[in-house]
Amino acid sequence: MTAKLSDNIVSPLGFSTAENVSAVLAGRTGVKTWEGAFGIHEPFGASLFNREEVLEKALGEGISGYTFFDTVALLSATRAIRESGIDPSSPDTVFILSSIKGNIDRLESDPGAVPLWASAAKIAGRFNNPNTPIVVSNACISGLCALIHATRTLLSGRFRNAVVVGCEVQSRFIVSGFQSLKAVSAGPCKPFDAERCGLNNGEAAATMVISSQGPDYAWKFGAGAVRNDANHISGPSRTGEGSYNCLRSVLNHCTREELALISVHGTSTRYNDEMESIALSRAGLSEIPVCALKGCFGHTMGAAGILETLVTMGALERGIIPATKGYSTPGTSYPVNVSPFNRTTGKKAFIKLLSGFGGCNAAMLFRKGGES
Amino acid sequence: MRIARWCRITPSSVVVDGKAVSVEGTGSLLLKDLYRKFIGDYPKFFKMDTLCRLGVAGAALLDSPGEPREDRAVLIFSASGPLCNDTHYQKTISEEDYFPSPSLFVYTLANIVTGEISIRNHWKGDTSAFVIPGFDAGEIVASTLSCLADPVTRSAICGWAECSGDDSFDLLMVLAARDEGGLPFDAETLDYLYGRTYQEP
Repeated sequence: MTAKLSDNIVSPLGFSTAENVSAVLAGRTGVKTWEGAFGIHEPFGASLFNREEVLEKALGEGISGYTFFDTVALLSATRAIRESGIDPSSPDTVFILSSIKGNIDRLESDPGAVPLWASAAKIAGRFNNPNTPIVVSNACISGLCALIHATRTLLSGRFRNAVVVGCEVQSRFIVSGFQSLKAVSAGPCKPFDAERCGLNNGEAAATMVISSQGPDYAWKFGAGAVRNDANHISGPSRTGEGSYNCLRSVLNHCTREELALISVHGTSTRYNDEMESIALSRAGLSEIPVCALKGCFGHTMGAAGILETLVTMGALERGIIPATKGYSTPGTSYPVNVSPFNRTTGKKAFIKLLSGFGGCNAAMLFRKGGES
Repeated sequence: MRIARWCRITPSSVVVDGKAVSVEGTGSLLLKDLYRKFIGDYPKFFKMDTLCRLGVAGAALLDSPGEPREDRAVLIFSASGPLCNDTHYQKTISEEDYFPSPSLFVYTLANIVTGEISIRNHWKGDTSAFVIPGFDAGEIVASTLSCLADPVTRSAICGWAECSGDDSFDLLMVLAARDEGGLPFDAETLDYLYGRTYQEP
């Protein structure tokens, strides 16, 4: 069974997974209201990097001369790989990048940097990896799809190790697009709350190094499923069809009793959170605690699946179900077991759930092995 | 897995299962002609960007919409992804003329083509968009085969869909299925089919 060897998160809340988990459990957020950023006059809520701080940290790792997107991704990958002990230049290792828009902010100034494969090649190239890296670009479910793809690839025996990097940086391109869809909240987002009125954009990179073999105590990757609503390209199914079908598939591989929580998408848009409440209810999961992390990080898009999975793992290792920051009053048609406070648990298994444009949905099961 | 059916679309030719399909026009006109001959009742086609039109037309050459099904995966590989449409959207957010277009923005996501194919055909299975530097038969075959780790998946519409302009595109799409007759689903066969842009004498 595939196992996580090491990891890293680089976000406005910190430069390691532990720093980010501590920040979440302490109730901190990277989200604030921006006016005029990227030359956009309409205010938007977002968790954005202090770019100088990131470049300085990167320089400390010898990373310079890359685009900002590539720099953030490399900083996260470098730290995770160092901790893993794997040989990143081995033909047994494959690099997988998860991103939606990569270097899109260079579209006019440096179009050669924009294709996502070019970023993946830069990242894998820095570690002298001989294999062609692959990019998973499945809208907001990309990160989870990258983990599912990595697991399947390792199970097939093609490679022994996978370095899975999820990264997104924000830009005029992305923020204006989400604003044009009326999906962005100017203030902090409020997942599942009655007063929720849109998402916050987020920047982050998150990396997992995964192996077909790992120590007993490591987090193990269980079943994963991707399902399409086949309903609408920019709105979720009103019946939660694809999300429910993913959950139903993953629930064949675990009991509801062993689940500490469902780490949900919880974007804080009216339609997404409503849809998730329906899917959870249809799957018989209304009683299981849920947690949405976008109140702390914003919507980190291509990084979200990996970042939110890592934060959930880190919290469960400390016996805690993280609070859903921004939530106070129930606001969905079907009950959801969500809380504005941290809760305790002794359980060490969870499902990560995501949905995205293009009607796609993904769910994956994670279980921690025995104590180290 | 075996290849049950396959098709190849370039701006000037269409081949299905090794036989040339007679089409009028080239580039975007060729895609419109495919719509007229093989789809016909789906005006949403004309709201789509070129990459989505290409993917939906390719899928229409291989299968017809039927009852909803969860066992059909849709896996699209490309180098440029939605880059062509990125440029269209970018024009709507210039300093001088800032009116971001939500309908163009949605098509700047690489996986919308998999969603459009799924919607048109009522396929509710696994969908994924992958970006790789160029046509790579080995990667397409290996990634598609690894999707069979999902026991629900019985068949896949998969292949290469590249679009660098409204009149400049390149598609090789196959319907690969478990336990069915047809060509072997392997890199050698896909490489051979990729070269088949015309009917052999």
